[in-house]
Amino acid sequence: MAEQTASASADIPAHGSARRAPEPGSAPEPKSDSAVVRDALGVGIAVGLSGFAFGVTSAGAGLTVLQTCALSLLVFTGASQFALVGALAAGGNPLTAAAGAFFLGVRNAFYGLRLSQLLRLPGPVRPFAAQWVIDETTAVALAQPTRRGARIGFTVTGVTLYVLWNLTTLGGALGAEALGDTSAWGLDAAGPAVFLALLAPMLRTATERAVAGIAVVLGLGFLPVLPAGVPVLVAALAAPAVVWLEGRRLGARRKGTDR
Amino acid sequence: MNIWIAIGATAVGCYLVKLLGLLVPAGALERPLVQRLAALLPVALLAALTAQQTFSANGALVLDARGAGLAAAALALVLRAPFLVVVAAAVVVTAGVRALGG
Repeated sequence: MAEQTASASADIPAHGSARRAPEPGSAPEPKSDSAVVRDALGVGIAVGLSGFAFGVTSAGAGLTVLQTCALSLLVFTGASQFALVGALAAGGNPLTAAAGAFFLGVRNAFYGLRLSQLLRLPGPVRPFAAQWVIDETTAVALAQPTRRGARIGFTVTGVTLYVLWNLTTLGGALGAEALGDTSAWGLDAAGPAVFLALLAPMLRTATERAVAGIAVVLGLGFLPVLPAGVPVLVAALAAPAVVWLEGRRLGARRKGTDR
Repeated sequence: MNIWIAIGATAVGCYLVKLLGLLVPAGALERPLVQRLAALLPVALLAALTAQQTFSANGALVLDARGAGLAAAALALVLRAPFLVVVAAAVVVTAGVRALGG
């Protein structure tokens, strides 16, 4: 596990550029600014367009166009947004729904930690840059060999994604109103597909798969008996449970071999 | 009103954790246990959310067209399809199964 936390870019769960595994032996190649911009635009445009799916899902969940756009402008971290509207649609208490979305957003704090070392942003810029600290910007920034490249990658991905995500959210919300019954168009499957696409690159070792498996069982098992929004919080306990079991097993092994 | 409370709480909470990462001195969050939990928490949440939003309706477990849609998305992921293709596969297959009366 230690080597995993040591290699910065390896455990950023995002699509696009991060999916290719870094080659350990290769020296960092010089990369032109335009190549960085191209990578950043690729990720920003591809993911930015999926704001359409969010807009449709949110409107289908019963939120107004204004509420839907407020989420994309102010929350701007896709998984949390989908989780929130899903929980609200299921009739969840607003604070329980917000708690699930918040816990999903906690990973961004760890992205921020890495980015602050990498980008060395001046203090006054940080409150503005913070809104862009998400999966995709982190993946692009960490993939660059130089600080200049990381700054360009972070900024271009952030701007492209923020602008597109918000425009497509508006388009999706307006479009959903025009479509009427969004489930007839299969659009209620967009949310879970987004979650699956975010989840898939994270399932690298048996530990992640164990956490996912236990979480599915807990999430579905408690769904019929607990109030909406609560089962997903119970399922989150799969993470500390597996970490605890892992620690015990490591501890037992250490005792056996005297470190 | 309830929805605005949820939006406000989520927006403030999510912004503050983003900012926290940029502001805290390195080392504060670098403990291996904290890092480990932070990496696994989204795995648990995303897995549970995927399952719930595919296999439930109105607080009950159901198997409907969304199951087929999610299977299509999983296949697209195995084939390393781009993000939008994965989502589109789920939507198109779900709509298709519903149109066929599923």
